[in-house]
Amino acid sequence: MSNIRKSVSKLFLATIGMFLFGFALVPLYDVFCEITGLNGKVTGPTFSEYENVGNREIKIIFTTTNNDDMPWFFDSSKSQMRVKTGEQNLLNYVFTNTTNKPMIAQAIPSVSPGKGAQYFHKTECFCFEQQFLEPGESITIPLKFVIDPDLPKDISSLALGYTLFDITKDLIQKQASN
Amino acid sequence: MSAVIEGHHDDHHHHGPAKGISRWLFTTNHKDIGSLYLWFSFIMLFIGGAMAMVIRAELFEPGSQIVSPEFYNQMVTNHGLIMVFGVIMPAFVGFANWLVPMQIGAPDMALPRLNNLSFWILPAAFGVLIATFFMEGGAPNFGWTFYAPLSTEYAPPTVTYFIFAVHIMGASSIMGSINVITTILNMRAPGMTLMKMPLFVWTWLITAYLLIAVMPVLAGAVTMMLMDIHFGTSFFKAGGGGDPVLFQHVFWFFGHPEVYIMILPAFGIVSHIIETFSRKPIFGYESMVYAIASIALLSFVVWAHHMFTVGMPIAGELFFMYSTMLIAIPTGVKVFNWLSTMFKGSLTFETPMLFAIAFVALFTIGGLSGIMLAIAPADFQYHDTYFVVAHFHYVLVPGALFSIIAGVYYWLPKWTGYMYDEFMGKTHFWLSFVSVNLTFFPMHFVGLAGMPRRIPDYAMQFADYNMIVSVGAFLFGLSQLLFLYVVLKAIFYGKKATGQVWEGAKGLEWTLDSPPAYHTFETPPNLESGEAKA
Repeated sequence: MSNIRKSVSKLFLATIGMFLFGFALVPLYDVFCEITGLNGKVTGPTFSEYENVGNREIKIIFTTTNNDDMPWFFDSSKSQMRVKTGEQNLLNYVFTNTTNKPMIAQAIPSVSPGKGAQYFHKTECFCFEQQFLEPGESITIPLKFVIDPDLPKDISSLALGYTLFDITKDLIQKQASN
Repeated sequence: MSAVIEGHHDDHHHHGPAKGISRWLFTTNHKDIGSLYLWFSFIMLFIGGAMAMVIRAELFEPGSQIVSPEFYNQMVTNHGLIMVFGVIMPAFVGFANWLVPMQIGAPDMALPRLNNLSFWILPAAFGVLIATFFMEGGAPNFGWTFYAPLSTEYAPPTVTYFIFAVHIMGASSIMGSINVITTILNMRAPGMTLMKMPLFVWTWLITAYLLIAVMPVLAGAVTMMLMDIHFGTSFFKAGGGGDPVLFQHVFWFFGHPEVYIMILPAFGIVSHIIETFSRKPIFGYESMVYAIASIALLSFVVWAHHMFTVGMPIAGELFFMYSTMLIAIPTGVKVFNWLSTMFKGSLTFETPMLFAIAFVALFTIGGLSGIMLAIAPADFQYHDTYFVVAHFHYVLVPGALFSIIAGVYYWLPKWTGYMYDEFMGKTHFWLSFVSVNLTFFPMHFVGLAGMPRRIPDYAMQFADYNMIVSVGAFLFGLSQLLFLYVVLKAIFYGKKATGQVWEGAKGLEWTLDSPPAYHTFETPPNLESGEAKA
């Protein structure tokens, strides 16, 4: 009988362990994506100055998308730029709350092709901040970025896409459940 | 007077089953619970099958005619969920309950009360799932793979009941697996070493380990969904910094081993049937065991072949492509072993053998289309087309389901004590064999031609093949009613079966009477004296 008890407790622990492993997959996945630059995931704002400002010219395309039925006006001041690697660049994004309700939004960036993501350094951006706007309010936020001179030779253009999400409901729900 | 009755009851130690409904509600007997699982699975087969009939009726002609697209999606979703979690898995657990103790010479499962619990929560889980059809918003409609955000942000409100149902199914499977492993590891008759175990017991031992490894991950995935929906977390919500692709990774980390959970016990059943009707011991017993083990291990490193098109780096595509193709080697070993077992055997073709041979042939077709799908660059064309539907139905219907039917014909005389009608059994086989191919083979063609899966309507050029598929599906559905008739006829009007039943059958369960006593092997059998060996 004690053998049976031993087997059962081992298997029960294995079950708990695998349940926790399921959740461990979440940070593991993020780490994996960060190392490999998968999914065009970009890290937080970084600042670096480059001694040898490269003279390669790279085309950068900017896209803005509203997720689902997000009603805000959301656009960048330029749809594309030709930039030199290692140089600081600037452009503006405009957000307008076109509704008659106060709302909170969040923009999520993605760089394509994915393996170029780690060479796209943003020195100032709004990408990890939640944006609150009163009805009809508008705001212009700058984005400063540098393209790493180490960008692989086979990449001649990069696309930076922002998708704007309405997170008002999520935040209310989060507060309610806390 | 009452004292007399009480005294009378007390000296009953080796009693038979209790009377009435309480026998089934409170039973801790592995044979009773095995029957419960098998009947439950049989009922769910007709419910899930009815949903398939609705799907095929809608697809009989192009255009939208019978059901709304919303209801069609609910049919597709619940057909998949019921067939996977309500038919194939419970049927195999039913086989395990009936056969594992009898094949290893144990008196019962190691944890009989847990066994009762793991069965009885299953009808509850499916009750909850089916009840969602009558709720506001309708049943789950996001496919059996329930990809986020379809199953979170865009799901009907009943998704919470779905999550609850999946949790219960998972708990049932995990408890069942703990029971099977504990029984096999601790209660084998003296002298039955691991490498002398019957192959069905081996396949279930490995299946149970797979279940314990992946069902908790599925529970984790649905828990994350629950938290995203109700508690404001962002596991899969891009807006909150989460990632919908993460869902697919977590799901398929469960999902791929799950498909082997649904086929490994089939390998065990088919091995027994082929050796019995070839009147030869199975060819390459040890290689069979190693093949099962290596299929199980490989199943953990191939999951992303279900999601070649999500935008993986080329190294990832190559890794998952090669690791997937590697599985063809142990699977090929098994197929060659079955063929070698039949080679120069004294073959007879009773119904179980017909289904087993059809299993080998048709499962191989499903395996080959699997290799085609494993080729990453080609998969971009096949992904989410009817080719995929053809592939997984070939491995699950003439694969897993045929093995279950074969096993029922093979062990039914042992379980009930009555022979089935051989002519009716063979009629059932030929009808099923023809109609299953009529149903699923043309799906390859429409899939390669580009017909997408999970749609209620399709372009005109697919009309002819879809009509053939629907006719085949209706015929296959009707053939299974014949199966029910054959089983019931055997139970009520069948001829008495002998203990041995089949001339070539070897193994401990055939040394017992048909039907076996309510309690068997209360003293372990002596393996040295008998001829009992796998």
